Amino acid sequence: MSQASPQPRLRLEPWNDPASVPYIRLLEVSKSFAGQTAVDRVTLDIYKGEFFSLLGPSGCGKTTLLRMLAGFEQPERGRIEIDGADMSAVPPYRRPVNMMFQSYALFPHMSVAQNIAFGLKQDGIRKQEIATRVEEMLALVRMEGLGGRRPHQLSGGQRQRVALARALVKRPKLLLLDEPLAALDKRLREHTQFELVSIQERLGITFVIVTHDQEEAMTVSTRMAVMDQGRIRQLGVPAEVYEFPASRFVAEFVGDVNVFEGRVVRSERDGTLIHAPAAGTHVFIDRGHDVAEGAACAVAFRPEKLALALEPPAERAVNVIEGTVFDIGYLGDMSIYHVKAASGAMVRVALANRLRLVERPITWEDRVWISWAPGAGVVLLS
Amino acid sequence: MNGESRAERRRRRLVVAVPYLWLALFFLAPFLIVLKLSFAEVVLARPPYTPLIELLDEAGSLYLQVRLNIGNYLLLFSDDLYLRSYLNSLRIALVSTAITLAIGYPMAYAMARAPERARALLLMLVILPFWTSFLIRVYAWIGILKNEGLLNAALTGIGLIDEPLVILNTDWGVYIGIVYSYLPFMVLPLYASLEKMDLTLLEAAADLGSPPWKSFWSVTVPLSLPGILAGCLLVFIPAMGEFVIPDLLGGSETVMIGKTLWAEFFNNRDWPLASAIAVILLLLLVVPIVLFQRQQAARGSEFGK
Repeated sequence: MSQASPQPRLRLEPWNDPASVPYIRLLEVSKSFAGQTAVDRVTLDIYKGEFFSLLGPSGCGKTTLLRMLAGFEQPERGRIEIDGADMSAVPPYRRPVNMMFQSYALFPHMSVAQNIAFGLKQDGIRKQEIATRVEEMLALVRMEGLGGRRPHQLSGGQRQRVALARALVKRPKLLLLDEPLAALDKRLREHTQFELVSIQERLGITFVIVTHDQEEAMTVSTRMAVMDQGRIRQLGVPAEVYEFPASRFVAEFVGDVNVFEGRVVRSERDGTLIHAPAAGTHVFIDRGHDVAEGAACAVAFRPEKLALALEPPAERAVNVIEGTVFDIGYLGDMSIYHVKAASGAMVRVALANRLRLVERPITWEDRVWISWAPGAGVVLLS
Repeated sequence: MNGESRAERRRRRLVVAVPYLWLALFFLAPFLIVLKLSFAEVVLARPPYTPLIELLDEAGSLYLQVRLNIGNYLLLFSDDLYLRSYLNSLRIALVSTAITLAIGYPMAYAMARAPERARALLLMLVILPFWTSFLIRVYAWIGILKNEGLLNAALTGIGLIDEPLVILNTDWGVYIGIVYSYLPFMVLPLYASLEKMDLTLLEAAADLGSPPWKSFWSVTVPLSLPGILAGCLLVFIPAMGEFVIPDLLGGSETVMIGKTLWAEFFNNRDWPLASAIAVILLLLLVVPIVLFQRQQAARGSEFGK
């Protein structure tokens, strides 16, 4: 499922090293609820120290997959291994796995310190050690001095940090995070994403996070799996999934995209030419695809990869769409131009607002030409 | 509170006044009458007690005479019949509350964890006995428990016992009657607190290494504590003053304060003494009632957002 990275990287990538052994293995795992398939033959390897994201729309099976790793659900078929051990007969309370719940699930009748200590108490650890480890955890999540508070006396962000501390204090082999930041506001969420990554790198614990927020998945993860209808649709590092979506579903789910239906005119080793009547142009993409001439396909463009000009580009017959500016969405850091192509299609172009916007060089009703580099588009065959 | 307008404050006071008015009219006023009665003396008259305050005309001078008879209270503490009645009631109420909790908790737990569609039906079944008169239901137990009753007939029928079990007119009969009658008052608050419990908390406990039976004691029971307390008080308080059940199912040696009070009031027509018994009973019950109120208030501030 994973394709070779487009260029060599310097980072440690155990998934590209045939000698490395996966830490968590899911083999043909399936699960259904009342006849409804939730997870459909998922096979997945996760390596030690990864920050792995399961991304998908609600109901795609990502949470069920996470709950199977925690042991709250049993797979109907298939097998789950953690650190070489088969988990099928292991109940949740004996798994080397801890989970941070979406609702945080803090015990309301216990103080913050008691919440964090709960897991250690189950292991019969001495009181003194429990106290030191709880203090360590409080320091890690920057909650020193708040150990005596009750959960209902904390803010949302503080509860989130207590939940994280409680899940980390047992030093699990695997930490599962179920939409951990969904309840936080945007600014706090972005801040916490970076904090999560730094904690994960410091402790070296393998994280698996479930999220429906593609920005979050791309920010935090080493690799991500995009799921839909119980299946993994694409697996890869964030940049790979974003730049080379394998299907129309992935392209549209991860990031913003313009998609046009078309037909392959010809495909060679170093390029593919597609006729896209919906866009009113021919599209040339600098990657070869193994497809027959005349085959139906789609081309996708990220809005930020398109250029907008008031003049037609010189001597170019392909990769150009002519149209008029229909609407402009001003977002501060950038503007989204909705351009109505001559063919009738609406194309979104994102332009960074580098200079302070006083007078728009391109404005409503302007006649414009959209163009892009051969490397900007992606051919989607499914 | 400062930003409130006058009209708003007046409206709020009006709303608060309704329950206070209710309590004053139907609780405080009767209590004051009973309190007044308890300081009177018994006389053969109608009404059978002396007035506390009298206007006397002695040799042309008018006197306002207030006579408080504390003899009733002294008698309560000197005659051990009353002390025994109080203690016996306390014992029977405590034991019945414990048995009711032991039976009610698993019931409420099973109901709260039953499929959602079944819950309404189960709740109905718990409330169903209320549709028949309490008195008739207690009478029915006589038919079940007496020596030649249904229970003994069934047990001898299947050969489990040769001699009939003597349950009626013993303390056992009283326990069975109280537990049966007050079980719904235990089950309902327990059900309410168990049903609204967040089940992810149990998953969190399991995730942190706690097996189910341990999670029950460390999570479920503490979180249902408000329900346990409410249920226990709802059983204990009325059981303490229970009259009908010990009278019908208990024996002559089962002395409970409710029965003693009844005897003083109706058999001996000693209204002042009966009132004194009632006042002391009320004072004894004020402790658990205040506890209950405190807990309800604390619960309101902690969990009600």
